[in-house]
Order: sequence, then C-alpha cells, then structure tokens
Amino acid sequence: MANSPTLSGPSGAKPRPFITPQRFVVYSVLIVCAVFFLFPLYIMIITSLKNIQEIQGGNIFVPTMSPTLDAWEKAWNSACTGLYCEGIKVGLWNSIKITVPSTIVSIAVASVTGYSLANWPFKFSEVFFAVLLLANFIPYIVMLYPLVIITSKMGIYSTLPAVILVHTIFGLPVQTLLFRNYFASLPQELFKAARVDGAGYWGIFFQIFVPMATPIFTVSIILQVTGIWNDFLFGVIFAGPTNYPMTVQLNNIVNSATGGKAYNVDMAATILTGLVPLTIYFVSGKYFVRGIAAGAVKG
Amino acid sequence: MDRPNPLFRNLNSKFAALPMMLIVLVVFVGGTLWTVLFSFTNIKIVPIFSPKEWIDGFVGFANYTRLFNTDRWMNCPIITHIGQSDWKASCTGALPNVATYAVLSVTLSIGLGFLLAVMMDQKIRAEGVFRTIYLYPFALSFIVTGHVWAWIMSPEYGLQHAIREMGWTSFTFDWIADRQMVMYAIVIAGIWQGTGFVMALMLAGLRGIDEDIWKAARVDGIPAWRTYIQIVLPMMRPVMVTTFVIVAAGAVRVYDLVVALTDGGPGIASDVPTRYVYQNFSANLGQSLAASTVMLATMAVVLIPWIRMEFSKKRT
Repeated sequence: MANSPTLSGPSGAKPRPFITPQRFVVYSVLIVCAVFFLFPLYIMIITSLKNIQEIQGGNIFVPTMSPTLDAWEKAWNSACTGLYCEGIKVGLWNSIKITVPSTIVSIAVASVTGYSLANWPFKFSEVFFAVLLLANFIPYIVMLYPLVIITSKMGIYSTLPAVILVHTIFGLPVQTLLFRNYFASLPQELFKAARVDGAGYWGIFFQIFVPMATPIFTVSIILQVTGIWNDFLFGVIFAGPTNYPMTVQLNNIVNSATGGKAYNVDMAATILTGLVPLTIYFVSGKYFVRGIAAGAVKG
Repeated sequence: MDRPNPLFRNLNSKFAALPMMLIVLVVFVGGTLWTVLFSFTNIKIVPIFSPKEWIDGFVGFANYTRLFNTDRWMNCPIITHIGQSDWKASCTGALPNVATYAVLSVTLSIGLGFLLAVMMDQKIRAEGVFRTIYLYPFALSFIVTGHVWAWIMSPEYGLQHAIREMGWTSFTFDWIADRQMVMYAIVIAGIWQGTGFVMALMLAGLRGIDEDIWKAARVDGIPAWRTYIQIVLPMMRPVMVTTFVIVAAGAVRVYDLVVALTDGGPGIASDVPTRYVYQNFSANLGQSLAASTVMLATMAVVLIPWIRMEFSKKRT
C-alpha cells in the first residue's frame, strides 16, 4: 500500500557509535588540560627523587633511573633557611603553632557573632553585616602598617602571638558571614520553639545550633587551616625569624642556595609544604569546594 | 507599664558580638581610614593616630604626584614622551604590571574555566577524576606554585634546556628572564593555580540551570553550542559576576606568586603594587600609603558590578 511505512531498513533509534566526533573533541580538551594541570606535580615528584648531578646535567622531563630520597632527607633535616640549617621541619612546627590557635579562636568568635547577627538582631546589625561584607575585599596590605603599629604598641610585634592575632582578625569577616548565612538558613521555628521553652541566648546556641552546625564547622575549619597554612605575607611580617611558618622557610630555602641551585631539595621542600593542604583537599572533597567558594572573597 | 530600655534588649547578643565589632571598627574601618588619611601627609614613622600630627604633616596630593612620577610605580612613555623620539607604546612599573596580570589572568581563567565546565557538563566518564585534577592546584599556596613554575621555566635547567637537548636547539622559552615577557610567565602560573576554582563555580552554575531550558532548546532545534552562548550564558550572569569579582579581587592584590616566581625580577620588571607598598614601608611611608590607597580605589572599581547586582536584586 502506498501509505504504509517502508520497512526496508532496520527500525528503532539510530545506533550511536561508541565515539562520536563531538565526544572526541570533549575528551581531547579535557585530557589536554589535565596534562597541563598534572605536569607541575609530575615535575615536582620526579625532580625531588633525583640527585644533584642529574639536575644539572639532565632533562627536566625524564624520571631518574636510580631514585633516591636524599633530597627529601636534606629538605626535612638540614636544608639552610638563611640563619640556620635545620631543614623545613622547623617551619612545619611553626605552621602548626600558628594555625591551630588562630583557627580555634577565629571560629569560636565568628560562630557566636554569626549566631547573633542571624537570630538576635540588634540596632545597626544590618549595617554591621554590610561592613563585614565589604571588609572582606579590603586588600590586606592597606591595613598592614596600622597593624604593625598596633602589635608594636601591644609589645608583641615579631612574636607568635602577633601572627596568631593577625590571622584570627583577618579570618573573622568571612567566617562570620559563613556562620551567619548558615544559621539564617535553619528553620526559624526551631529557634522560636526553644525560646518558648525558656531557653536563653547561650542555651540555644550550645544545645541546638552548635550540634546542627557540623557541616559549616567542617567548611570553616578547612577554609581557615588551608588559608593560614598557605599564607606568606603575615608570616614574614608578624611572626619574627624564629617563628617563620613553612611557606616562608620554603622561600628561604630556595633563595639561600649556596653554589648551584639544589632543585631536587627545593622540590622536596615544596611538596612537603603543599602536603597538608593537599591532604585536606583529597580527604574532604565536596566540603573543600564549598569552603573555597565561600572563602575566596578573603582580602 | 514600664518598657525595658531598648539598650538592654538582647544584651547577651550585643555582648557576644562586641569583640567582633571592636575588631571591625579598629582594624578594618580604623586601619583603612588611617592609611587613607595619612597618605596625604609627609609622616615618616607615626607612633599612633593623632589629629595634630595629621594637620602638621598635611601635604595634599604631594605623595600621589610623586608616586605617579616614580618609574618603578608607573612609567608610560606613551603619555609622557608623546611625539618625541623615545616614544614607546608600552608602560612599565608596578601598576601597569598588575593591570596586565589582572586583565590576562581574569580573562583566561574565566574563559578556560567556563570551557572546562561546559566540557565537564557533557555527561562524561570519570568526572570526579577530572575535577580533582583541575582543582588540586587551588589547594596549594602561591609560594609553592611560584617555586614549581620557576623551576619549570628556568632557562638553564627547565623546559627550554630539555627541549633543546632533545634536538630543537633554537627553541626559546625564557620568559621569566625577559623584561618584556615576565608578566606573561606569572600569568601562566596564576591560571594554573586558579582555573580549577573558576571551573568549580561555573559547573555549579551550569548544574543549576533548569533541565526544561535544554529540552525547549532541543525541541526548537537550536544547536548545543548556540544554547550555551545565547541562553545559558546570559542565565549565568550572577555566577559570572561573582566569579569575576572574586578572581579580579585576587588578581589586584597578587603578591606571593610574584615573590616566589621572580621576586619582582628581572630587575624590577615584574614588580606589583603590594610588593611596592611593602618595600616602601620604612623608606618612603607617605608614598607607600598613597599606593595602598590607589589599590583600595582599584578594588572599589572591581566591586562595582557586584554591588550593582546586589542592589538591583533587592529592588526587584
């Protein structure tokens, strides 16, 4: 019949080829970019396993045939950071001594302030919120000289407390915003019910809000720890030479080379410095992405 | 009936927010105002704010005039030597350097980040692996980033040496040692560190687009690439604005990366404003504060699109 469909070919959806030209382009772009992003990591690792002859005579791309951990040992224990030659392990302890207290204090203050702003509004709390938002964008360098004066007046300039104080201060605006937004997103009925039951300011905070805030505490700890660990400027200015954090020690190791540059030691020290934030990144996954998105506004 | 004094309402809340308010007032508001105010004086080393010192030292815009006449801050033959024999269509100095860095790193990281996000959005295999690879540099500090790239781009031992050794003897890649090219070398390291982050924000934005938009576009027979450019991109305006402000604000204050990668060199060819401000604290405080204020003004300009967006959101 004239109107019936012709059944000369196979029916059903057209079979899709395994690789279409489009798919090929997509994967090519993704893989080329992946190579670009992985390349420095590869170079860091293979360089740190070479000996110094292979660095000076060899090819940066080619991995060594006789890998050695000598450079790692030297970077950790005996590389010179200018004043003394005790390796980057000194910086690791300093970084821990700086990071732990600044993280705890700033999160403690910020969580309470964020709770106040979200649930106990007072006169000017909206203005205060706007100022906090803008404070994130002020470049640190603008407030640096006043802070040098303030810490000098307090008698703590160039000591551990100074660098901890400065990190705490600059962590506060973004942390407060993080907590304020999180607490504001919780159902307000919870807060009202607790009020009706007679719970007060601190009771509601510790018994209801803090237990519910595990995700936001995780995000803000990740944000603070990576941010403070990766800082360089405050460490240089406020910590004083005996308390220099790992990033500053790394920079000194690279710059205080005597004779030929020991790139294998430099790269081992570089990996060691990056290890803590990298571990946090690999372990925390999606929390890390949320944290950096929230924290990227830091001045 | 006795109404309670409003000053004592929510007293706990006020008390708890007090440390934070003090810090904001003293450090963020106070410190910024101090810097701006004293950039108009000829102070050398000021122990603390005093109005008398400010009035005695007031010099108007003198620090700014001197700053913009300093070659290390800005030297633009195109403006100063126009029509003369040494006229050149290029600027050098810390301010033009950061302009170059900001324009290129913002454009390239947003462009590449968006491209990667679109590619990642094509229901690909091993998405998690690619995401991890693109994002890990963002966990590393600029000091780490700078030293790795300094080693890779080192003319004597790095990429240039390796490729010449493989037989291409005329291959040249010595940007970190070249005054004209050094800022581009810093841009490479900057986009390596920051593009993954842009990709993550953009991907989150793409995933937030309603699936029905895609169905409608497909029914109308619009090709996918046109849907991305003409429909999806305009819908992602808020994500774009936020990303732009975050990335640009970071680029304006670039410091650690430059210190680790080139330390401002060769010579002072890759100096940037933050480095300029920091290095002039002791020798040239007035100019240093003026330079800080210029940075603050630049940041205000960067923030305009974001403030406008927030403002229009509230009105509609």
